[in-house]
Amino acid sequence: MAVIEVKNLSKNYGEVEALKSISFEVNQNEIFGLIGPDGAGKSTLIRILNSLILADKGEVSVMGKDPNKQYQYIRNHIGYMPGRFSLYEDLSVKENLEFFATIFGTTIKKSYNLIKDIYQQIEPFNDRKAGALSGGMKQKLALCAALIHYPKVLFLDEPTTGVDPVSRKEFWQIIKGLHQHNITIIVSTPYMDEADLCDRVALMNEGEILRIDTPQNVANSFDKPLYALEAKEGNYKLIKALRAYSFLDSVFPFGEKLHYTDKRENDIKAELKKHLTEEGFSDISIEKIASNTEDVFIRLMNNQKQ
Amino acid sequence: MNSEKIIETTKLTKAFGSFKAVNEITFDVKKGEIFGFLGANGAGKSTAMKMLTGLLSPTSGEATVAGFDVFTQQEKIKKNIGYMSQKFSLYDDLSLLENIKFFGGIYGLSKEQLNERGTAMIERLGLADVSHKLLKEVPLGWKQKIAFSVATLHQPKIVFLDEPTGGVDPITRRQFWEMIYEAADNGTTVFVTTHYMDEAEYCNRISMMVDGRIAGYGSPKELKADFKTENMDEVFVKIARGENYKLQ
Amino acid sequence: MFDRLKGIIKKEFYHIFRDQRTLLILFGIPIVQIVLFGFAISNEIKNVKIAVLDQSKDEHSSQIIDKVLSTSYFDLDSYVNSLDDINDAFQKGRIKGALVFPPKFSETLRKENKADVQIISDATDPNTGTQIGNYLLLQVQQYLMEHEITATSTLPPALINTEVEMRYNPELKSVYMFVPGLITIILMLVCTMMTSIAITREKETGTMEVLLASPMHASIIILGKVTPYLLLSFVNASLIIALGKFIFEVPVLGSYVLLIGEIILYCLVVLALGIFVSTVAETQQLALMISLFALFLPTMLLSGFIFPIENMPLPLQIVSKIVPATYFNIIIKSIMLKGATLNFILKETLILIGFFFILMGVSIKRFKIRLE
Repeated sequence: MAVIEVKNLSKNYGEVEALKSISFEVNQNEIFGLIGPDGAGKSTLIRILNSLILADKGEVSVMGKDPNKQYQYIRNHIGYMPGRFSLYEDLSVKENLEFFATIFGTTIKKSYNLIKDIYQQIEPFNDRKAGALSGGMKQKLALCAALIHYPKVLFLDEPTTGVDPVSRKEFWQIIKGLHQHNITIIVSTPYMDEADLCDRVALMNEGEILRIDTPQNVANSFDKPLYALEAKEGNYKLIKALRAYSFLDSVFPFGEKLHYTDKRENDIKAELKKHLTEEGFSDISIEKIASNTEDVFIRLMNNQKQ
Repeated sequence: MNSEKIIETTKLTKAFGSFKAVNEITFDVKKGEIFGFLGANGAGKSTAMKMLTGLLSPTSGEATVAGFDVFTQQEKIKKNIGYMSQKFSLYDDLSLLENIKFFGGIYGLSKEQLNERGTAMIERLGLADVSHKLLKEVPLGWKQKIAFSVATLHQPKIVFLDEPTGGVDPITRRQFWEMIYEAADNGTTVFVTTHYMDEAEYCNRISMMVDGRIAGYGSPKELKADFKTENMDEVFVKIARGENYKLQ
Repeated sequence: MFDRLKGIIKKEFYHIFRDQRTLLILFGIPIVQIVLFGFAISNEIKNVKIAVLDQSKDEHSSQIIDKVLSTSYFDLDSYVNSLDDINDAFQKGRIKGALVFPPKFSETLRKENKADVQIISDATDPNTGTQIGNYLLLQVQQYLMEHEITATSTLPPALINTEVEMRYNPELKSVYMFVPGLITIILMLVCTMMTSIAITREKETGTMEVLLASPMHASIIILGKVTPYLLLSFVNASLIIALGKFIFEVPVLGSYVLLIGEIILYCLVVLALGIFVSTVAETQQLALMISLFALFLPTMLLSGFIFPIENMPLPLQIVSKIVPATYFNIIIKSIMLKGATLNFILKETLILIGFFFILMGVSIKRFKIRLE
């Protein structure tokens, strides 16, 4: 059953088209990822779904309700964690949670079962002001606050942006753990590698959805053989040389190596190596590799621009 | 890249009261190197960077940046470095040209130099059409590239980049890194702080700070081999959890 | 419902009591203002320094001088010997007034039954200048009258004895005017500025987004945010009245119940104004600017607190009519100083009630339940 249904949704800010007629569905108890850079329209989309912004065009249904008219129902049954830390920094951990419990007409005690795995990690700092918490702990507190009323749908807007890898990892474990409580989760992120942690993802760029699928299918959808290249002379020289190569399809830096596609379909490893050796490169390594979400995203973005 | 050391620190320390934000860090950065300066929030990255850019006096230890002492020659250091961060880079309500003039001006570029380098930069980035537009009207992806170009307009020996590419799309991010490669190729040393671990892999060498100390130091390849992992994320997690790793 | 309201009120009090700047504005400003206005910025003629040039040094001149100096209004700066000395003293700012007796003052008075006394006052501040002049004149005339009566035992011919009675403020103390005026101003400052800042702060830090995404009704959010300021304003008003009563002996002649009721009414009006400001301004900075320049200054200058409305040019008189403080100023002065009952201030009260409903209606309508 679809918890969220969106059809031909558009939203403009003046001349800027934040969302360009997008459509998708999110299923019950799914972790649905909105993956894309700043300006892709992720936050706008989340705010339309949670009734904070009105759409210009299109149909939106959240838990079967219209965010425009039945926003009271929606607000009662969703949890929302905005992109930046939005709790009261001058209130302690406990005071913040108590406050959010009261505005939803509940108590920490009643929700303890749902939040305990997260809350236990910050409970030792109950009396510390929220402003004095580390980034990772702030995120956990904000998540507790968003969960305090047992929401059916949870919106997380870039919960891991600016958070170090350790905290990111912990945070994703927590999100995964919420699965057992039958909560549908919509999470946005600019980190392409986090796509793999979702059940399904929508790759977004400049107000459009480039692809919706399972992370596995997205990563495998790369339409060309992909090679990882490396040479002793360094990436910059290698890129320059490859850009001048007549069979080049695309090349871009990827971590320590370069990711390369060729215009020819056959295995070109030997030929390419020969060419690069002639160009004066040494210790050349060429490897055929499996593509990942980021490779696909770059590919789709290039197609989008054409 | 050669072996000339352009940044060198020995037991560099900054204490605020009894709290040591930076605790005896020792490392060096070579000329033309892309050096990644990693660590979680609050690990001491910003404090260390402020000392290296001459904004904060160290408590003890030694350090030279571009050949100048961080205790006594802070003003000379400032003249020889460029700085760009995600938070502060350029003025949104000035046009591209005005920004170039302003930032070039504060680094003491002459009118001729400004004209020459400004025009060359605008041409290189293909921005002739938008050079009179206010920066806030320029697409997000461009801004970082422009900011980097402006930060290197006075041809500094070292450019410090503080979390430069947060939230940028993957293509723009790569274009940005190509600019960094190019600068390094021209002999500019690039010092980057980031907590994007994939970005760390673009660096020649990195150091990783945990609780004010350097807990990991070397090329991404070496670190991954040492920790027997596939990616830098895992390296970071292992270091942050305090797994044994001998310094240097 | 009630629990939610209580929760938000409690949270607001945490904010207020944890922010020292807020506390300082809330309680520091009223105390500083009342002390400043009460002691320092005073229109009263008291201990004014004068110089005396007595070219006669005879019976009448010295008796007049004694009489003038025996009052609490004037203190002697110096006896001088020439008009140049007086000019010098004025220019150096040592004196605000001067008395000049010509030679042979008593003799002339005796022979011609009239004599000249010159009174000079510093009119750089016209009000004070005139006042000093009048006070000095009064002293001289009184002396002459007393002298005439004692000398001849009959009233001088054709002398009209006017008696001026200073009602409601017999000693012409300016603090009488300042205490009610200060209540007007400070309630305005606290309610409007603080509420608009408290609401825009939540917009700025992003917490408003979370509140809006919750099922809480907009009216609860507003009510919860303003209730603490209503209470604190009330404490503030009481503090000023108490300070006025016990330090400056400003009376409250009317009924306390009526006074309290009117203060609450005025608080509601300015709170509504604060909410309105917060629906216009997106940032704390803008809210502060609007409160100060669009609201605080007009209240200060046009409500009749500093300048009498009757003396303003017509356009400003019209503006003063839409400043709620104008009406409250009348109300509070009437209650405190004249002992007025509701009948006398009914019109002003009704106008304030009207203000409240209009402002609150507009604010609730403008208060967005969504983000844009």
